[in-house]
Amino acid sequence: MTELEPTAPLIVVIDDETAIRRFLKASLCNEGYRVKEAETAREGQRLLLQETPAAVLLDLGLPDRDGQELITEFRGWSNVPIIVLSARDQEREKVAALDAGADDYVSKPFHMGELLARLRAALRRTGGVSGGPLSHPRFSCENGQFQIDFSARRVFRAGQEVHLTKLEYELLAVMVKNAGKVLTHQYLLKSVWGPLNIQETHYLRVFVATLRKKIETDASRPKLILTEQGVGYRFADPDE
Amino acid sequence: MPEHDRPTPEQMLARLKTEGEQQPSDQKRGRLKVYFGYAAGVGKTFAMLQNARREKSSGTDVVAGYVELHGRPETEVLLEGMEQLSCLKIPYRGTTLREFDLDAALARKPSLILVDELAHTNAPSQRHVRRWQDIEELLDAGIDVHTTCNVQHVESLNDVIAQISGVVVRETVPDEVFNRADELALVDISTDDLLERLREGKVYIPEQAAKALQSFFRKDNLSALRELALRRAASRVHADVETARLGKATRDIWATQERLLVGVGPSPTSARVIRTAKRLADSLDAEWIAVSIDTPETGQLPPEARARLFANLQLAERLGAETVALTGDDVVAETIAYAQQRNVTKIVVGKSEPAVNRWFFRRPSVVDRLISESGDIDVCVIRGVAEPLPASRFSVKQEFRWQPWGMTAAVMAIATGLSTLWHSLGLSEANLVMTYLLGVVFVAFRCGRKQSVAASILAVVLFDVLFVPPYRTIVVDDVQYVITFAVMLFVGLSVSTLAARIRRQAELSRRNERRAESLYRLGRKLSGINGRNFIAAEAERAINEVLGGDAIILLPIEGNLQPVLPQHIQFVSSASEIGAAQWVYDHSQVAGRGTDTLPSAQSFYLPLLSPNGPVGVLAIRHPDATQLRMPEYRMILENYSTQIAMALDRDRLMLESQTARVEVETEQLRNTLLSSVSHDLRTPLAVISGASSSILRNPEMNGETQRELLQTVFDESDRLARLVENLLRLTQVSSSQFFVEKQWHPVEDVIGSSLRRLEHLIGSRPVNVKMPTEVLMGKFDAVLIEQVLVNLLENACRYTPAGTPIDIVGRTSGSATVIDVADYGPGLTAGDELRIFEKFERGTNAKPDSRGAGLGLAICRAIVRAHGGEIRALNRTGESGLIFQICLPFDGVAPQLNLEDYSASTI
Repeated sequence: MTELEPTAPLIVVIDDETAIRRFLKASLCNEGYRVKEAETAREGQRLLLQETPAAVLLDLGLPDRDGQELITEFRGWSNVPIIVLSARDQEREKVAALDAGADDYVSKPFHMGELLARLRAALRRTGGVSGGPLSHPRFSCENGQFQIDFSARRVFRAGQEVHLTKLEYELLAVMVKNAGKVLTHQYLLKSVWGPLNIQETHYLRVFVATLRKKIETDASRPKLILTEQGVGYRFADPDE
Repeated sequence: MPEHDRPTPEQMLARLKTEGEQQPSDQKRGRLKVYFGYAAGVGKTFAMLQNARREKSSGTDVVAGYVELHGRPETEVLLEGMEQLSCLKIPYRGTTLREFDLDAALARKPSLILVDELAHTNAPSQRHVRRWQDIEELLDAGIDVHTTCNVQHVESLNDVIAQISGVVVRETVPDEVFNRADELALVDISTDDLLERLREGKVYIPEQAAKALQSFFRKDNLSALRELALRRAASRVHADVETARLGKATRDIWATQERLLVGVGPSPTSARVIRTAKRLADSLDAEWIAVSIDTPETGQLPPEARARLFANLQLAERLGAETVALTGDDVVAETIAYAQQRNVTKIVVGKSEPAVNRWFFRRPSVVDRLISESGDIDVCVIRGVAEPLPASRFSVKQEFRWQPWGMTAAVMAIATGLSTLWHSLGLSEANLVMTYLLGVVFVAFRCGRKQSVAASILAVVLFDVLFVPPYRTIVVDDVQYVITFAVMLFVGLSVSTLAARIRRQAELSRRNERRAESLYRLGRKLSGINGRNFIAAEAERAINEVLGGDAIILLPIEGNLQPVLPQHIQFVSSASEIGAAQWVYDHSQVAGRGTDTLPSAQSFYLPLLSPNGPVGVLAIRHPDATQLRMPEYRMILENYSTQIAMALDRDRLMLESQTARVEVETEQLRNTLLSSVSHDLRTPLAVISGASSSILRNPEMNGETQRELLQTVFDESDRLARLVENLLRLTQVSSSQFFVEKQWHPVEDVIGSSLRRLEHLIGSRPVNVKMPTEVLMGKFDAVLIEQVLVNLLENACRYTPAGTPIDIVGRTSGSATVIDVADYGPGLTAGDELRIFEKFERGTNAKPDSRGAGLGLAICRAIVRAHGGEIRALNRTGESGLIFQICLPFDGVAPQLNLEDYSASTI
């Protein structure tokens, strides 16, 4: 694995569990990434200053320092995507980490496929991998079942155009532009309704429910707008 | 064995008692040595210091706590090189008083401390009124004390010395303290030598000396005092010898079967009787009891007389008597009954004046009656000033009231009117007499004794003046009328006496009844109350009601005494008050206002003592300090405090047993959980390690097998992850900080997210979601309800045949959101409907090897209940299958989509 070309994207893994680091390194190298590890926040910080990683995988429960702080600090001078590794029952911590500037999270235990998808989505957004969806005028997912044309502001479901209200389109557009990334309720409310309405999360939920009825095949088993309970929403990964 | 050598049962009992008293304190009580002399200047302090230096040189940890030098240089020399505690300097009325620092001594805790002048009275701000109390506390703390005392300070000798020297000594030490001293060292010099020393200015500084020589230090005085001191010391030596001879009996044990009872009244002369009784008891080596009888008359005594009665009782107590306050109507009968009950052999009373002739029937004095009614008990009558019934000595100062006199006048007027009528009708005079007597009887029962006596006399006079010829004069013609008058007066007065007694008895029994009833009521109420705050509130209320004044209960909360009820928290602001309460709690003794310990405190403090030790302190704030000194008030308070202490103790024990029970239950639950979970954890772990190790060992394994094994590892780890998650939820839900964040959510949303989480397990199994056309909303914590749905769906997947569909139906029912999760499996065996929700229970239909600790459904129920909802399991009607029904109540109106309308303008 050492013979990887130096141009391969570098992933920095900061986790105090040796086992986790080991399997992450193995899996990521296998996927064609370069990996550097850190066991503590201090070490991680040093590594982030020395290297120019494409993305960071950060465990929130580090022994020497609160992961949240590290994110805030790191965000002061870098836009490199951070994906947080956390336990499932730590919804508050997840939201806090996202608010602090983390890009996404995966709950332990996670499937490697899930982590790789998050990582891909993150790299795509920063242009780490051939262009991002932002540069595309069109976007499609679910094998082309769902399509959105940003330039014409039109949405298609199984070839049929779906009529959305202005706000529905705005919301959908924000989500699609961040496809694969979790967006917190606060983020969505702020970017669609403005900074004054960030407490109205239940309206957002109702809003999403009606939007789902329009664009999903089965609103109760959504494939496009996925709910991350206690955190926010995530739009499905685009077709590669 | 000769009869007199054998210890009496009482001796045995007392020995047991003293042994028992010593046992519980793990700390040995300190030894007290008293340097005893007959006057100032005999060299007590000098002797004490000399001895202390010897002790110090032999390695004892000696501290001079307080030494009075009186400006004597040779004494001062002895103090050199000895550790001295600095004195407290207390400003008092313009001067500065030097006082012994008790707290510093307790903190320093030497093995031996020197504290001069046992009889000293402390400055008002000190904890105890008297120094001997300080010394008692030092002894209790296990510190040996050496002190000094002069003979005139011994309480029981106080009056004798007053007679000899003409000087009344105020500062006295209870004989009890003195007797309990472990060692008595007599310091003696001849009177001539003492007078010589005094003249040389060695005792007092010169200007004081002349004055002292004149008044107190006369040779005859000193000789008498010296004799008393020598006698006292000799009797002490005698007692020590006797103790040694009788074998190990402690000095406190009375060797004879004699027991004395002394009657204590409010009279100032009663004190002399008490002192005499003490000396008599000492000479007989007998136990003695001081008894005061609380009669309706004593209840009406003026405050100063009541205070004196209490002071007399306290004196008796200081002299070593057991003090008892009895309640009754008849002093003599009560005294004798109590004496018989306690096997008293001698009753000591003061000699009273010859009984006053009251009208024409003589009433025997208390002493007369005691002598005639005492039976085989000796009665010792002590010379003293008269001490008849308290009521006759202390005239009751009552407000003058017109009503009874008015009524008396009216009744007499009516009787006169009726008699006039009878007279005019020509009825016989006997009828007139009867009419008047009827009037007297009426007055006797309705008004006071004064009125009834007045009515009796008035009746005779009116009858005489109005109806006995010659009319309108007091003179009578016929001598036989004198008999009529006499009988009339006698009957009238008898009736009034009888009526007064009945009324008195009624009042007394009413008072006792009231007291007993209030106590009973409190006891009953307290027994029905749980929680110390409620007990305290009820008790405080009851005491306020019955006794007047504010009652506050202080309990040790987190190690500090605090008022139980928050409204009394201002009480804490005064550190000295809390300090006083703490002292009371630590020493299990009363203190504060109206006592000799910490008398400057604002409240009177009473320890709440339960059989298991002190539980708290009762503080009483009463505007009238003398009231707090009243024995009956104290008695009531003690009764109340016992009741309260018992209630608090019961409450504490109950709480403890409850906590213990909860702990046991938690422990049991934990054990069941551990044993049950460990199985469920171990199985997937075994599969994972087995499968992965076999892959590692056989690199040549064919691709298909390897894939299969890896799939197993993956599935099992998935299951393990869910199990761990459930365990975490369980600890979260059962923790005290658990709180449900209820918000409005579309039900579809949680169904969707839970289905996605179980994607792998559900696979191709059809899931039918039926929802109303409009968005169905529910008010719940979505993270938790997602967990519920995940558990239910997992349950359905596991216990139903592969490929059978799962139905999820959502609807609103009244003010609740209902979600059904239904399968087409075998359903439930009757009776399992509730059981399956219990922790670690599985339905009877579950395969014996099936996994899941039954934890899932227990968590579901816990979560749903935390939402105020209900979860039920029921079989499908008509076909096979199980339905789990979640019912989540909501309040308010679900949010509607008007967001778009108002926010359209904000864009």
